[in-house]
Amino acid sequence: MTADLRCRFRAPARVAFIIVCALAAAILPATVRAAESYTLVYLGREADRAYEPAKAYTGLILRDRKRPLDGARVGLRESRVMGRALGLKFALEERMLTPSQDAADAVREIAAATGASVFLLDLPLEELTAAAAALAAEPYILFNVRHGDDFLRGAACAPGLFHTLPSDAMVMDALAQYLKHKNWGNILILQGEEAGDARIAKAFQASAKKFGLKIVAVRPFKLSNDPRIRDQNNIRLLTAVRGYDVVFLADTHGEFGRYVPFQTLLPRPVVGTEGLIADAWHWTWERHGAPQLNQRFRKRADYHMTGTQWAAWAAVRAVVEAILRHEPADGATPDTRLPDAKALRTFLTSDRINLDLYKGNPGSFRPWDRQLRQTILLHTHNAVVARAPIEGFLHQTNNLDTLGTDQATSACRY
Amino acid sequence: MTGTHRRPEVASARLLLSFLMAGVLSLSAALPAGARGTGLIFVTNEKSNTISVLDSSDRVVATMETCARPRGIHFNSDRTQFFVGCADDSVVAVYDIATKALVRRYRDIEEPETFDLHPDGRHLYISNEEEAEASVLDLETGEIVAGYDTGEEPEGVLFTADGGLVFVASEAANIVHVIDTVAGEIIKDILVDTRPRRFALTPDEKQLWVSAELAGIVNIIDVASLELIDDIVFLPTGMRKEEVTPVDLLITRDGRRAYVALGRANHVAVVDVAARKVERYILVGKRAWGLALTADERRLYVANGLSDDLSIIDTERLQVLKSVPVGQVPYGILIDDR
Repeated sequence: MTADLRCRFRAPARVAFIIVCALAAAILPATVRAAESYTLVYLGREADRAYEPAKAYTGLILRDRKRPLDGARVGLRESRVMGRALGLKFALEERMLTPSQDAADAVREIAAATGASVFLLDLPLEELTAAAAALAAEPYILFNVRHGDDFLRGAACAPGLFHTLPSDAMVMDALAQYLKHKNWGNILILQGEEAGDARIAKAFQASAKKFGLKIVAVRPFKLSNDPRIRDQNNIRLLTAVRGYDVVFLADTHGEFGRYVPFQTLLPRPVVGTEGLIADAWHWTWERHGAPQLNQRFRKRADYHMTGTQWAAWAAVRAVVEAILRHEPADGATPDTRLPDAKALRTFLTSDRINLDLYKGNPGSFRPWDRQLRQTILLHTHNAVVARAPIEGFLHQTNNLDTLGTDQATSACRY
Repeated sequence: MTGTHRRPEVASARLLLSFLMAGVLSLSAALPAGARGTGLIFVTNEKSNTISVLDSSDRVVATMETCARPRGIHFNSDRTQFFVGCADDSVVAVYDIATKALVRRYRDIEEPETFDLHPDGRHLYISNEEEAEASVLDLETGEIVAGYDTGEEPEGVLFTADGGLVFVASEAANIVHVIDTVAGEIIKDILVDTRPRRFALTPDEKQLWVSAELAGIVNIIDVASLELIDDIVFLPTGMRKEEVTPVDLLITRDGRRAYVALGRANHVAVVDVAARKVERYILVGKRAWGLALTADERRLYVANGLSDDLSIIDTERLQVLKSVPVGQVPYGILIDDR
């Protein structure tokens, strides 16, 4: 890392830091500049409850969420030889916030210390939202690799906040396209009590409307054996509704939902959080180079790659690609040949980016909300059944924009 | 998975032989002048772990069981044997063409995908898909004698005729590595378009063509300067850019025409090499990848990975003559007709 490189990525108002930079530039010998590197930062929170294994009754671990970090590591490893072509070394700075640390402050401090301007944020939703708002006017590239919430791409959007994980709208649109394609047009929604359940049920209802599916009924369920509320905890009673083709299950907790398939009153498939699931990635995906990425990941991390690790991997790939394809201005010196945050943002949101996402269609970022355009995989527990956009769903410019919020309907304003 | 094949195939091979003997007179008119070899066509089937064997009338006459996930397939120097790379077993298997018997297995070759044989006939340069490495296998000793760090997912490997340079494409890194085999060094990493897959050299070796799968184009590299000089864009009528994913490509011996398999576009492009212009798109099966020309260059064989068949093209009329079902996910094609 050269002193100059560090200074180029400074936060604008940090006068004291500028002085430090100037001093460092004066002191450091010219030879240091030859070993150029480019640092990306992964920022998580220590003891994040989202990553505690969710223990079910009798000690079963049904969901064991892993951090996106391993995806970023695999992406970084892939950048090694790509950097060689440019005489550049990519580095990943892995940082965990302590309980007292504020995320936005940490971003500024790490940027000042390392010169980094690209951050992969693995933070709880409220913290991510707050950090993105606090840093909105500062020249960073922040990647959301963890949350599908549509409001982050809408009202809470920020010019520096990019999303490599698909939005809820994209994921639910993928599912709705598939159901429409199969002509399974009548849907019964079973919705749990968690906030996340309401969120995905709402997203699915919007997608159903968009693609012309009919919601036959929305039935709330409770995780309980209380005979007084049998209408809310008995699966046969809950699914005793006329005329549905499919059950859409909104159960982010999962303890109720895992018993729903094969227990419905009518013989109908279950989609949503059980059965057929729409996601950014699945470990059984076998086309478009995916087996190689899955094998690389498994070799490194010793578990199956999921959507959030894929999103972190994709964020690293996007930045590396932007740097490789950057054309320095005429007269650029070795110190100014790398793009600054502004140039990076411009490239990432341009149509020059053509990312290999291992899902077929090349990826790019929607300029109106910084969401990564991508294929969505529809998978069961051990197979990818379909890939959306489903054949026949067409868009005037890019079929990937049939998934999620299009420019005309975006609530994001920069 | 074993590399041995089943007894019934020995019988079928014998049957085939007698069929061929009987058919020699009637077939000889159709066979290209000066054709040697058995006329057999070998196709690796990536997902069924088999090699389909077709005779010169394009009938499947045998299915050889082989190692797991067979992909790259290549003749040895005197064309009496061929190599098959099996990624899931980390094996390069060698088969005798006359007997179709397994001759040898080179084990512990990390995930071999494709390879090319050095003109010395002794050194096989292999892309090790999972190891981000191109390794050099000494076929006599069975030892890996050299390795070169490539980007992730090295794929296409191609030598210049004198063996001085070998090109290796790294799919995931969007780089073509140029290895000087004498110095034993990577002399250049050329940044190309998204997902480079395979190579073809013009016969004068002045141009290296590289398919960039996810960019839907072929990059042309000037071999003398090792710089990108031009692109050829493929876009069959009614298709969108993202549906066009070129993989294998071939240039004819006279250097005038190239064939490019367009993957998900389900077409093969016919290109005028000098003009760098697409002359025709020929509709083939689903996800066309592997290509092979007969010795007389009158037939082009196309492996369609997602329809599990071969399309066979008449290169004069530029029409598909027929399609032949093979195993699951056919990948590489080898024609023993010279």
